[in-house]
Amino acid sequence: MQWETVIGLEIHVQLATATKIFSGASTRFGGAANSQACAIDLAMPGTLPVLNAQAVDFALMFGLAIDADIPMMSVFERKNYFYPDLPKGYQTTQLDKPIVGAGRVTIATADGGTKEIRIHHAHLEEDAGKSLHEGDFGSQYSAIDLNRAGTPLIEIVTEPDLSNATEAVTFAKKLHALVTSLGICDGRMAEGSLRFDVNVSVRPLGSETLGTRTETKNLNSFKFMEEAIVREVARQIDVLEDGGSIIQQTRLYNGDTKVARSMRSKEEANDYRYFPCPDLLPVVITEARLQRLRDALPELPDARVARLIERYAIAAKDAQILASDVALANYFETVAKHCDDPRLAANWTTGELIGRLNGEGLELAESPIDAEQLGILIQRIGDQTISGKMAKQVFDGVWSGAGEVDQIIKERGLKQVSDSGALEQLVADVLAKNPAMIDDYLATEEGRRKKKLGGFMGQIMQASKGQANPQQVNQILLAQLQSLIQSRGD
Amino acid sequence: MSLDKDQIHKLATLSRIAIDEATLESVGERLSAVLDLVDQLQAADTTGVEPMAHPLQTTQKLRDDVVSEPNHQEAFQTLSDSIHDGLYLVPKVIE
Repeated sequence: MQWETVIGLEIHVQLATATKIFSGASTRFGGAANSQACAIDLAMPGTLPVLNAQAVDFALMFGLAIDADIPMMSVFERKNYFYPDLPKGYQTTQLDKPIVGAGRVTIATADGGTKEIRIHHAHLEEDAGKSLHEGDFGSQYSAIDLNRAGTPLIEIVTEPDLSNATEAVTFAKKLHALVTSLGICDGRMAEGSLRFDVNVSVRPLGSETLGTRTETKNLNSFKFMEEAIVREVARQIDVLEDGGSIIQQTRLYNGDTKVARSMRSKEEANDYRYFPCPDLLPVVITEARLQRLRDALPELPDARVARLIERYAIAAKDAQILASDVALANYFETVAKHCDDPRLAANWTTGELIGRLNGEGLELAESPIDAEQLGILIQRIGDQTISGKMAKQVFDGVWSGAGEVDQIIKERGLKQVSDSGALEQLVADVLAKNPAMIDDYLATEEGRRKKKLGGFMGQIMQASKGQANPQQVNQILLAQLQSLIQSRGD
Repeated sequence: MSLDKDQIHKLATLSRIAIDEATLESVGERLSAVLDLVDQLQAADTTGVEPMAHPLQTTQKLRDDVVSEPNHQEAFQTLSDSIHDGLYLVPKVIE
């Protein structure tokens, strides 16, 4: 039987605010355990939440970017469940009246076309703390760090519009580019800033009814997401072809072992008993607020791809790679500013630079070579100071901390001197230092002088550390000697 | 509306409240009385009345995104008797 896959995603996006959604505690990543959990985050009696304006604005910016319906009023609800990393016993979230309504994101498909993925809604909520289950605190315990508790999230829910793992990953990458371009999320997936839950079902090709779905939670890399989908689709097809049926369940995928296990089935699913949070009033979004945000919306990935192609005449493929990461696109534009060859700048940025960063597991922000230096390096290829081959050596030098581009070119004598002014000076300097050789040259019969040139050439090439263009030097040397003969003859 | 024993047990489990068999009946009666009140309210004709999200006729104030909470970790952690390297220890939970 031919099977068809149906995928929907739920994406948790940590908003890049300085403080929590309902408290003034810092959201900085990596602080000492529980050092950023205040009385509100800890659910101390008598505390009340106050909503963070920036979290609201970031959620609205996302809504504007996906051309979503934005209701005038949204409401927070309590989702009740017990878990040690949730001190209040409920998560403050949204249900019936989310801040962002239905919208859409367009992705590129494998056949070169585009596909519109519908967004069901996006809502604001708070993150939970972190539970550690392994450590030197004894196997009978779990350890709780509440620094993350109360970090603002938007949860984005798609319609089941994705048809395979590749489309799901393309969409996920597009969403990553979108939220980082908007500046509402730092996009650091390894730190959990963007987490994907994947709902997968299969059905006979052409069927109108959806199959029973499973949810695989908390995938925090594109690679894991792709693997988890491919494996889950295969598992479901196996079960169905063996005459079995799919049990609706929540699964966890372990990226290291490549194994997914059932976390809980529908029967064990929590009854969350949602109700409107009495501690928070309805949030009213004014048209003035929306207009202010709309006016300040930064350039989005699709627009940037178009502009990069238009302005720099670079390949569409390069433009897409660059615009997928706002920091990378900014980096490229700085490189391009410092050289005259944007195509070469794009090649070096998407090739040598990304290759090196990936190879060493570095983030762009940690790159040992900054955009200005890369631009200068490319300019040195363009102005024929160095060859492309020499440029790789210089790149290596800057990467390993040996200094800046021009300094390394100079120190390592990589520079090929073709500049006639510099060569004239070089030849004149060598001649001035060797009056005896000149006298000898002049004393030599004209027909035999050619033999004497070798001595001058040797000195000049040595003085230029081998970088002088020999043909040019030869011509200049002859010309200068000729003018000396003339001046002495006069 | 009255709640049966199973429903009360389920609610108790969801709420992490221990109810012994002896009090089950009186708890059931009291909860049912609350639900009866809800039924009474729901019987009111609300045609043309906009549902309210909150009894107060006002809207949520927003706070500037500025760190205002100092680190009181030490004071908070005196309330717990099982702390390890700043982490709260709880009986092991496995998802």
